[in-house]
Amino acid sequence: MHRRLGARMVEFAGYEMPLQYTGIIAEHQACREGAALFDVSHMGQAHVVDARAFEALVPGDILGLQPGRQRYTLLLNEAGGIIDDLMVANFGTHLQLVLNAGRKHVDLAHIQAHGVAITPHFERALVALQGPKAVAMLPEAAALRFMDAAKLDVAGIACVVTRSGYTGEDGFEIGCAAEDAQALAGLLLERGATPAGLGARDSLRLEAGLCLYGNDIGEGRNPVEANLTWAIAKRRKTGWDFLGAAPVRAALEAGPAEKLVGIKVSGRAPARAGAEIRNAQGERVGAVTSGCFAPSLNAPIALGYVRADCAAEGTALDLIVRDKPIPGVVAPLPFVPHHYAR
Amino acid sequence: MTQIFYSKDHEWVQIGEDGLATIGITDHAQEALGDIVFVELPEPGRNIVAHEACAVVESVKAASDVYAPLTGTVTENNQAIVEEPALVNTAAETTAWFFRMRLEDPTSVNALMSKAAYDEFLGSL
Repeated sequence: MHRRLGARMVEFAGYEMPLQYTGIIAEHQACREGAALFDVSHMGQAHVVDARAFEALVPGDILGLQPGRQRYTLLLNEAGGIIDDLMVANFGTHLQLVLNAGRKHVDLAHIQAHGVAITPHFERALVALQGPKAVAMLPEAAALRFMDAAKLDVAGIACVVTRSGYTGEDGFEIGCAAEDAQALAGLLLERGATPAGLGARDSLRLEAGLCLYGNDIGEGRNPVEANLTWAIAKRRKTGWDFLGAAPVRAALEAGPAEKLVGIKVSGRAPARAGAEIRNAQGERVGAVTSGCFAPSLNAPIALGYVRADCAAEGTALDLIVRDKPIPGVVAPLPFVPHHYAR
Repeated sequence: MTQIFYSKDHEWVQIGEDGLATIGITDHAQEALGDIVFVELPEPGRNIVAHEACAVVESVKAASDVYAPLTGTVTENNQAIVEEPALVNTAAETTAWFFRMRLEDPTSVNALMSKAAYDEFLGSL
């Protein structure tokens, strides 16, 4: 189906995925102005029944997650490092997890090793319908608000829908059985969605200031460094009873040595992952973890870790691109405002 | 009409009446790169050697080097594509040329491919 739509395919996390159909910028704009459809079936869906046991592995408030609601959380290792970032939705009888493609098998083994039963449904399909016109193309889900989750019938297809995404726009992530995926995608394209690939997904999420696992976060980074302190629930900060809590608490109290920041880059040359970051004195203070040309801003943007004393908004930095310093400035995140249907 | 030559690195070369070589990337190359957002060109006066990386093209997603198809000295570069990189997507083989150079050996161009040979080369990729 991707090839029929003219996709250029690339390998990602062991999957052959569409990078782009007509062009990254056109698909990016379609998502910001209309509605774009992404196939994200490579992500891993799984079910967990024992919420209390699962909560011990994440810093989020899972017991306080109401039925029909979804939340972003993190799987942490004993050192407080991030094993994965994931979405958890409460469907009453079970929690549904959506795991990163490249991490789902690691996550499964980790969760099981801690005695928590988890049922993978990795064969299930997942599509993301994103953009201001998404709700007009999925009226079946119009009653949901941002981060609501529900089982819905879409033209006879049994779907699991959440009002969320990875673009900063309003929209939905829709799970269904693999054999229904083509019919569901076909229906949404018929309703006017623009097929979009991984390229646009990356530029959209970067503008929205959202981390990409493997680039911006990983086992070597804790939530405090990664600017994800908001994902540690208030109740969990009194109990400190989740895996990795002690090192996370220590990092929170001592303050991180490095912090993930957004950087607006001057000129037009994007600074890519790996580019060295220097302060005004020319000292190396960090490195870029994600960088691209932001189509909505017509300028390059980046995420990177910098020394904590260089992390304040407005700090002038140099990014080294092809041995030349390019001026940048620490910018508030997101780069492009979110438009969620709260 | 002057003949256009092609390299395996997907550059085209056209020799003008003044003997200068005009160099750009092929339509196939721009298509493969996707939306081009930044171009860095060699400055006039720079001596470049065949196969050396002498220009950079950035798409939204990735950076790519442009390799010198021949040896010589840069005489001019195309500021229009620096100011509007997307021109490379719409006019790669015409107005969106990259730079002009004086070839060290004017006959070196004969080592490059004809249009027919390049098309055959693309078919083999």
